[in-house]
Amino acid sequence: MIDIRHVDKQYRIGQINGTTLQHELQSWWARKQGKDDPNRKLSSKGNYGDLFYALKDISLQITPGEAVGIIGANGAGKSTLLKLISRITAPTAGSIDIDGRVTTMLEVGTGFDGELTGRENIYFNGTLLGMRKEEVDAKIDEIIAFSGLEEFIDTPVKRYSSGMYMKLGFSVAAHLNSEIIIVDEVLAVGDNDFQNKCIRYMKEASSLQGRTVLCVSHNMQQIRKLCTRCIVLDQGHLIFDGDPEEAIRIYLHQSVREELSINYDNVVRPDWLKEQPLVLHSACFPDRDSNLFSDSERVRIRLVFSALKDIKGVSLRLEVKDTFNEAIGTFILYDIADLTAGEKKELILEYPVSSFADGIYNIVYNFFVRDELGNNLNIENVPGLSFRVRHARGDSELAWDHRNWGNIFLYGAEVLQISDADTSQL
Amino acid sequence: MSEHHVHIDANPKRVDLQLRDVWRYRDFVWSYTRTYFAKKYKQTVLGPLWLLINPMINALMNLFVFGMIAGIGTNGIPMLLFYLGGQGIWSYLASIVTAGSFTFSANAHLYGKVWFPRLCIPVSYIITSAAEYLIQLVPFLLCALYYALTGAFMIRWSGLLLSLLLLPWLGALGLGVGILISSMTTKYRDLGLLVSLGVRFWMYATPVVYPLSEVRNSFLQKWIRLNPVTAVVELFRRFLFGVGEVSPGMIAYSLIVTALILTAGIFSFNRIERSFMDTV
Repeated sequence: MIDIRHVDKQYRIGQINGTTLQHELQSWWARKQGKDDPNRKLSSKGNYGDLFYALKDISLQITPGEAVGIIGANGAGKSTLLKLISRITAPTAGSIDIDGRVTTMLEVGTGFDGELTGRENIYFNGTLLGMRKEEVDAKIDEIIAFSGLEEFIDTPVKRYSSGMYMKLGFSVAAHLNSEIIIVDEVLAVGDNDFQNKCIRYMKEASSLQGRTVLCVSHNMQQIRKLCTRCIVLDQGHLIFDGDPEEAIRIYLHQSVREELSINYDNVVRPDWLKEQPLVLHSACFPDRDSNLFSDSERVRIRLVFSALKDIKGVSLRLEVKDTFNEAIGTFILYDIADLTAGEKKELILEYPVSSFADGIYNIVYNFFVRDELGNNLNIENVPGLSFRVRHARGDSELAWDHRNWGNIFLYGAEVLQISDADTSQL
Repeated sequence: MSEHHVHIDANPKRVDLQLRDVWRYRDFVWSYTRTYFAKKYKQTVLGPLWLLINPMINALMNLFVFGMIAGIGTNGIPMLLFYLGGQGIWSYLASIVTAGSFTFSANAHLYGKVWFPRLCIPVSYIITSAAEYLIQLVPFLLCALYYALTGAFMIRWSGLLLSLLLLPWLGALGLGVGILISSMTTKYRDLGLLVSLGVRFWMYATPVVYPLSEVRNSFLQKWIRLNPVTAVVELFRRFLFGVGEVSPGMIAYSLIVTALILTAGIFSFNRIERSFMDTV
């Protein structure tokens, strides 16, 4: 049973990383003379000394046997919430009551020492997590078997691969007698088999053993497989608490930027862009009030750009990425135009969405020219207009398993024949 | 409410010193100590042999500077034994204070990822330092045996055993000072740089390289007596060598100061522990 009542967690900007007495005196002296604080950090989030809430007025009751997922964008306060419940840091306001022992897995294999062998690390990590030595003695064979590292258990862990390291760490944590298990995205690494093993373990812990499981994940499939309940955090506020499917829907939609046009005049270009003879001023979806496309619809875009020099053979790449910014595929338009210095052009282009699975896509507009040798030279690069795809046919956005199926419908596979099998051949 | 109930409040009404939790985690204290000890000496060529060599070199240097050049008396104790003894008991305290001062910064990787009674780690430093103390007793005893054989010295075995009683006392004092500093170094990192300087200064304000009886200046005498370690070191010499200037009043004073510092240390440690992860 976890009972969180009106919890706030406040941080002071700039205080993270501590301070030195010298800086403190400097700042004090400057303030006294009415000057600017020389140690003030320039940050988009506010000024040095400003307070900001990582969590604001969170109330939550979690009963035994529940598996609760916590989702939200980066900086929404997910990890802070886990840290409060696992007693790593204290709340600024409110109170938390916890009935039962807590296993915290904010990281797997905390305190593992490279010089020690796997077996020695099991003792160190096990006692760190609250086991008595006799408990470790009694369970060590089971832990080693669960990790599948029997052969290497007396090898120093500095010789382990990161996968082996994870397996050993998780095996220790999984053998604790605790009523509450807290997991922060530790499953993001590790191979598929291992991830499934972890999910199965947590699933059993909550549904069969009546333990409480709390997990943060960016992987909606994992949330869907594991959780009976899910909360959504947004900038420190709890905006949803309930059914996981509904929570995922809210989270995905809340994270879409519904931009219909972009002005690039103040957008910073990447450092590697050395020469910039062409400047893109703006991009928009002409005559549309949403960035949602489906089936045979085509995304139409209007780009306005000007040339600072004479450029021959301006070409454009549309690089499509998923929401984790992993590249998915690229449209290329070769030799759109030859430009003379000072010219301003408007370009209207279209691309299809039929081969994209349902989901949200980011895109990068990259202009380039080709030199005599055929090498591509990039001359402009900016983030483009994100677009959403939802098809009337097939699997919905939520049912599509991006992790295992990718993002693209491949065409061309067909059924040639289906008939009764000839049983005599089996 | 089960036996594992935990209540966390933003503004706790009473301070929980978590001493019972430390006891519950005693196996962790033990495994931390073992790992810490192993790590400290694993990367060195001579390993724990340093524990035998270091005090010898230090004692010889002190003998040369203070005994021979400055000519400070040793109350008739063989010089090498006098300096070896003082060196041993002082390093025990100094290493607890120094390690304790960096408790938070040196263990942020553990503190930031999992909860365990925070006090376990400074407590484990006492055990490590006590082990080191016992190891460096070997050269001391060898020298004592040599002097005993030549007839210049008589080993007091009961005194030797009694002197071990001073370890928990000095350990408590070192722990208190160490964690008091550690609570401050989380906020002001440059205090960490002052620690080794401060410890050295403290050593010279303690009768380590000189006996209290050699301090003729009555003003200095008074100040040195205010130092709570003075009574412990002089008592240590009384036990081992049969000479030492210590009164019941000094002992009582030192014990009271030790208790006060330890309590203050644990209180501030527990207060800082709640939120130090936000600043490290």
